[in-house]
Amino acid sequence: MKVLAAMSGGVDSAVAAARAVEAGHEVVGVHLALSRMPGTLRTGSRGCCTIEDSMDAQRAANVIGIPYYVWDFSERFKLEVVDDFISEYQSGRTPNPCMRCNERIKFAALLEKGLALGFDAVCTGHYASILTDSEGNLELHRSMALAKDQSYVLGVLTAEQLQHSMFPLGHTASKDLIRAEAAQRGLSVAAKPDSYDICFIPEGDTQDWLADRLGNTAGEIVDMQGNVLGGHQGAHGFTVGQRKGLQLGKPAADGKPRYVLAVDVNTNRVVVGPQQALAVVELVGNKFTWCGKPKENAEQFFPAHVQVRAHGEQVACQVAIVANSMVIKCDEPIFGVAPGQTAVIYLGTRVLAQTTIDDTVSAVDSFSTASASISASAVGAV
Amino acid sequence: MTVYLDYAATTPLRKEVFDAYVEQLQTLGNPSSVHSSGQAVRRTLEEARESLAKSVDCNRSEVIFTAGGTESNNLAIKGLYWQRSAEDSNRNIIISAATEHHAVIDPIEWLEKHDGAEVVWLPVDYQGQIDLTFLEDFLIRENSKVALVSLMLANNETGVITDIEAVVALANKYQIPVHSDAIAAFGHIPFSFAQSGLAALSISAHKIGGPVGVGALIVSRTTKLVSIIHGGGQERGMRSGTMNAPFAKAFAVAAELAMAELDSEMPRLELLRDRLVSGVKALSSRANHTSSQVKRLPHNAHFTFDGCSGDSLLFLLDQQGFCVSVGSACQAGVNGPSHVLLAMGRTDREANGCIRMTLGNQSTEADVDAFLSALPKALEGALRAGLTS
Repeated sequence: MKVLAAMSGGVDSAVAAARAVEAGHEVVGVHLALSRMPGTLRTGSRGCCTIEDSMDAQRAANVIGIPYYVWDFSERFKLEVVDDFISEYQSGRTPNPCMRCNERIKFAALLEKGLALGFDAVCTGHYASILTDSEGNLELHRSMALAKDQSYVLGVLTAEQLQHSMFPLGHTASKDLIRAEAAQRGLSVAAKPDSYDICFIPEGDTQDWLADRLGNTAGEIVDMQGNVLGGHQGAHGFTVGQRKGLQLGKPAADGKPRYVLAVDVNTNRVVVGPQQALAVVELVGNKFTWCGKPKENAEQFFPAHVQVRAHGEQVACQVAIVANSMVIKCDEPIFGVAPGQTAVIYLGTRVLAQTTIDDTVSAVDSFSTASASISASAVGAV
Repeated sequence: MTVYLDYAATTPLRKEVFDAYVEQLQTLGNPSSVHSSGQAVRRTLEEARESLAKSVDCNRSEVIFTAGGTESNNLAIKGLYWQRSAEDSNRNIIISAATEHHAVIDPIEWLEKHDGAEVVWLPVDYQGQIDLTFLEDFLIRENSKVALVSLMLANNETGVITDIEAVVALANKYQIPVHSDAIAAFGHIPFSFAQSGLAALSISAHKIGGPVGVGALIVSRTTKLVSIIHGGGQERGMRSGTMNAPFAKAFAVAAELAMAELDSEMPRLELLRDRLVSGVKALSSRANHTSSQVKRLPHNAHFTFDGCSGDSLLFLLDQQGFCVSVGSACQAGVNGPSHVLLAMGRTDREANGCIRMTLGNQSTEADVDAFLSALPKALEGALRAGLTS
């Protein structure tokens, strides 16, 4: 096959490209320029987007012995990922930009361009596996290296996209093995630090970065009854489930920590309360996609697992498609789920589907009447 | 098989240059040493200076060797700005154009940011020509505040030739020094520094069959400028550092060969270029020949293609063995939309869909014909990929 290896400049994508070559494919390395104003040197734990990263990718391609190009996706990236990130926060939601990037850039814009230019597949260094079921359908599965598993951020892939995707690292048991292999292959990125931060936020401070773009309007921090407990310098910096950085001074009456329950962008209020009030038992997403073959009889609830964060735990649940929406009833409450986040549904290790969460149903029925009022005024409203 | 159509990026080193360079590399002596070994190398260096002066048509003491075109531009712009603003603190305006190479734009913007310079970017029309009337009007009003004018002799991307005589005539009325970046033009069109009235001219060896790493700034005898490198005071005190005889000699030989061949190469390359241009136009109605209405360098063909991105075209042509460019080569290999085309009023999309073919002394009809037969497949793929990025 003719394979386009997306090379970020990191160790994973470099080893993935090398493995694709070894598997007998005709491989071309491509680095995605996602910023018009790239920094010169990498700082902190950002994993791409600087000139140094592009040079690292180029050096890796040289060592592997494949052609290498830089393609400019900065305009598309700004429109589809960065602007989306800002507007989601503006609406009080918590987006996952890596997921958007996979959905709209790596496995959409890049894949489309690659197919048009005569390639058969895009290869990346994601930790996930593509397996074939007994009928020949492609399935996306968790990687063998569970600690590094990235199947969650690939949950947006459709059957069509899976056909043109290649994840050569999925069957490796740990990242250490990848690093060792990179060193053995003479790749200078073998010891390069992992990336964690959002690549387009140079200083790694999302709150400051958002404030620069959305402005900071001071507002109130309130409890579930609407009593003012303190102030904030801008609601955009808060995420549902957040505990630190509230700076409320006075402890809660019961002495227990308080958490962000909701961010109401209309009133510029941040609602806080006890951890129990964060508990959610049902998630609803109006837009969902199947990752590979759709589940049959999905209008009837079936048992599955749901994961709501890239590195979160999975929780047992019942899922069904009800009136064109995906409804996920959790077997036990989950905490700190914000609208805008993505719920990925697993059947065993297989990624079955994903949806962006639009509504959550609180577990607080039995909690108190007060919590009913917050689910109406704050949580229910988002 | 590789067909090289990117002479504006760099050129093959000529055999005669290589031989002269290697010979001189093996000769011991610092040109500044007083003993006879030093004097022998000094002699080579000064012969090279004289030879290069002949090629540029300037006085031998006007040749200041540098480590390349970018350094020459920095020395000219910063040196003239510092000199002129020191003589008269009111003179802080630099006049230039947004179609210049980054080696001119960036030092100017640096002076703007760090040293109080004000910049006037002259308007450029759709064909890439400077608005001389604007320049004339501006100089009538503000000449007493102008430190210098810097405009390229020919554009490195589009090949458009600036009417530098007219620019100099306007500026010299007010004794305003004009610097010209001639890196893309030198050796490709006839030019006389002595006749030009320029204060300074930047040239580079590797664009004319010489090695990368050596250039020169031609500074007229009457022009003063502040050095940007301080040390032993070599090169009229304008460029300290041990003088590089092997590089000077290599540059001089390359220039000599280029000038000797100019009369025959210009028409030959023009014919080849026209064959390329008409071939491309005949192949695709989406091809727009850039700056077709104005004077251009004889070896440059620049196109935009509707609905294609330059990086797709470049990739597909490269896969077939053809080296072309989407504009000036960038350090990270990231090709954003060409700032030159944007300055000429093209949209982001148009500016993204360009490729440049540049020919040189080893280019043949067979190269052009091979390119023309490879282009349809590349265009087809690039169109399919569209402007996805």
